[in-house]
Amino acid sequence: MSHGDLSFMSTLTDPPKEQFRLSMLVNDTRYRSLTFQAIAALVLALAIWYLGNNLIQNLRAAGLNISYDFLGDRSGYDINQRLIEYDSQSSHASAALVGILNTLLVAVLACITATIFGVIAGVLRLSNNWLVSKLMAVYVEIFRNIPVLIWIIIIFTIMTAVMPGARAYLGENPERELVFGLFAFTNRGIYAPAPVWNDGSMIVVAVFFVSIFAMFAYRRYATKLLYDTGKLLPMGWPSLAILILPTVIIFFLLGQPIGLDAPDPLANRFNLRGGIQIGAPLIALWFALSIYTGAFIAENVRAGIQAVSSGQTEAAAALGLRPGRIMNLVVLPQALRVIIPPLISNFLNITKNSSLAIAVGYADITATLGGITLNQTGRAIECVLLLMLFYLTASLLISMGMNLYNASVKLKER
Amino acid sequence: MSDNKNNNPIAFVATSVIPESPPPARETGIYKWVRENLFSNIPNGILTLVAIAVLYKVLSSTLPWILNGIWTTSSLAECREVLQGKTGACFSVLAERWQQLLYGFKYPEEEYWRPNLALILLFFAMAPVLFFDLPRKLLGFTVIYPFLAFWLIWGGSIMVPIVAMLGFAAAAVVFQKLGKGSFAAGFFGAIVSALVIWKIGGMLIPENASETAMLTAVPSRDLGGFMLNMMLGVTCVSLSVPLGIALALGRQSSMPLIKWICVVFIEFVRGVPLITLLFVASVMLSYFFPPDATVDLFLRVVIMITLFSAAYIAEVIRGGLAALPKGQYEAADSLGLDYPQAMRLIILPQALKISIPGIVNVAVGLFKDTTLVSVISMFDLVGMIRGPVLASTEWNGVYWELLGFAAALFFVVCYGISQYSQWLERRLATGHR
Repeated sequence: MSHGDLSFMSTLTDPPKEQFRLSMLVNDTRYRSLTFQAIAALVLALAIWYLGNNLIQNLRAAGLNISYDFLGDRSGYDINQRLIEYDSQSSHASAALVGILNTLLVAVLACITATIFGVIAGVLRLSNNWLVSKLMAVYVEIFRNIPVLIWIIIIFTIMTAVMPGARAYLGENPERELVFGLFAFTNRGIYAPAPVWNDGSMIVVAVFFVSIFAMFAYRRYATKLLYDTGKLLPMGWPSLAILILPTVIIFFLLGQPIGLDAPDPLANRFNLRGGIQIGAPLIALWFALSIYTGAFIAENVRAGIQAVSSGQTEAAAALGLRPGRIMNLVVLPQALRVIIPPLISNFLNITKNSSLAIAVGYADITATLGGITLNQTGRAIECVLLLMLFYLTASLLISMGMNLYNASVKLKER
Repeated sequence: MSDNKNNNPIAFVATSVIPESPPPARETGIYKWVRENLFSNIPNGILTLVAIAVLYKVLSSTLPWILNGIWTTSSLAECREVLQGKTGACFSVLAERWQQLLYGFKYPEEEYWRPNLALILLFFAMAPVLFFDLPRKLLGFTVIYPFLAFWLIWGGSIMVPIVAMLGFAAAAVVFQKLGKGSFAAGFFGAIVSALVIWKIGGMLIPENASETAMLTAVPSRDLGGFMLNMMLGVTCVSLSVPLGIALALGRQSSMPLIKWICVVFIEFVRGVPLITLLFVASVMLSYFFPPDATVDLFLRVVIMITLFSAAYIAEVIRGGLAALPKGQYEAADSLGLDYPQAMRLIILPQALKISIPGIVNVAVGLFKDTTLVSVISMFDLVGMIRGPVLASTEWNGVYWELLGFAAALFFVVCYGISQYSQWLERRLATGHR
């Protein structure tokens, strides 16, 4: 092919070279998106400039500036419910840390109990028992349709207005006995026994952890044996024995190094001494979040179990599996794929709803950083921004975990 | 064989049908039902007994309390005198303070008919939106309703809502005219024309209009009680649906900048609790307005709750958009429709239909969350109960009657909405796509 041929071809097939015209910015789809994005960027920049300008002017008028130095200042307030050392001489930053730990504490506790309530209610709602399934339906509807704030207030009121004062448990002949001799339910919260770690207790704990490890090793060995040789070892009771027996034996061999420090009605005339006190606000928040979110989880569990078609159960039964194994090996793995994603978003909701602690005076991050610290220092912008940053981080971490899990249980398709 | 039939030599073959006997007693009627549904096996029987015990415990403690309730006294102390140590509720607090619980403690008493009328009209305005079978002409009233309700509840000059409505009407007309040619021209033209009308109208309204008005003006800080919950719920849901649609479309957009603005906004709002956004409304937002502007707390709260629910509604609608088969998008393209036309005529009608139950769920959640405004010291129903009513000397200690009343109100509304949503789901299940 010669050079002349090529040039001839190109004059035939090439479209005429287009000149860029201004109207193409609106009419040509290739450029229109650029135009719109430029407009959006402009509007965004203008909005940020406008809001920022207002902010600077307002701050100047009020004689304020944006600074996070207040976090190092003395906080000057006490917090009853705390997981780490803290007093009114500590800084605002450590108050915020106490708040963060309290938020995480109530969130984790409520996630565990809400899951338990939800699974029980969801399974019972599918029960053949007419009365029980109707009762569970009533539970779900009542708790889902009333605001969680009202539930928190109701349970807090039960704790503070109905429970007796600590004095009822005091003295030689108390009005009320300690429950099991260990627990006292008072209007300030629940007094529970605290574990006492004596010499040698670490050995018991270590043995316990080793036996957890041993239990999983045994289960893995039994599964491998089953797949390799078809020999079926018992799973349930040996696991339980491996988990519990060594710890119990060591515990008694070492002379019971872990004791219980129960609340003592006789030590003091005005209050119970000893043990640990779980404050009424924590209990109200924990319990209210659990039953409220439990109702939502119950619906998820029910939907998940119903999503597994009955043909699966029948097929498993036809293969000769027993009911327990049908549940464990066939129904649950498939139901969990449906249940877990909404379950995690319910955990997210618990974490976010735990900010309602401020309504009952539980010292979570919203009540310390967004409440008392904000009011004392007047640093509204800084406090609210830090508060949002914390919740955003927590939510993103949880949803990252959810995405990882989703990826791992996704149907493996070829 | 056939002739053997009548004179059968074999003695034990019956020649006639034995009459049907009734099933055994344990296989019929209530006995069978109870045995199958309550006592089919031992664990089931135990469950039933436990359930009956729980039911008895709950009913035996609440029923006498409700039935012995006192409705006519004027304080808790009098209630206790009347009851003389018997269990019984003191519902007098509801009889005495119901206006405060429903309307807040500052809304003028002789004006209660205004929010009542607004509530009744709300049902008429919502009916054509909720039930597709009603004639479409009724939507006209739905369009007028927001302005009418604003005028009824806040009172003041009727010119304000009329000018606002004229602005929107002008925008709609301009959009109709210009939007046929190009969506963008119609869109921006509509915004400009509305702004022009509002500016002119604002100058036309005389300064003292609200003093000579037909309805006395009520400032927003005087709104309260359950009315405040209802207003926040209805306003924020209806404002956040269009915003949510825009965010959902933006999140699906092929333009990276617009997509990322929407993604960041949605994920940010969904990641923080509503209460922090309410803190923003109460302590932080005023820093971002011009120094001389005073935006009242109600409006600031409406802005933040609307942004909050818009993010959730956007996610619901995104689900609806994703559920549409790809063929629908391609069909719209192959018909030569441009993006706004394709969305308006093909995609959104189907996607919204799928997402209605989800939107209703968000609406229920949002309505429950309006109680959170009590935390930033607005006197909604919960705020009224915890504040003025329980703090008063007469009613200090009447917890259960008040909290039960609040719970019952919310239950009725939320349960009603969720029943509607289920009805809708059943109806839509047959005919979408």
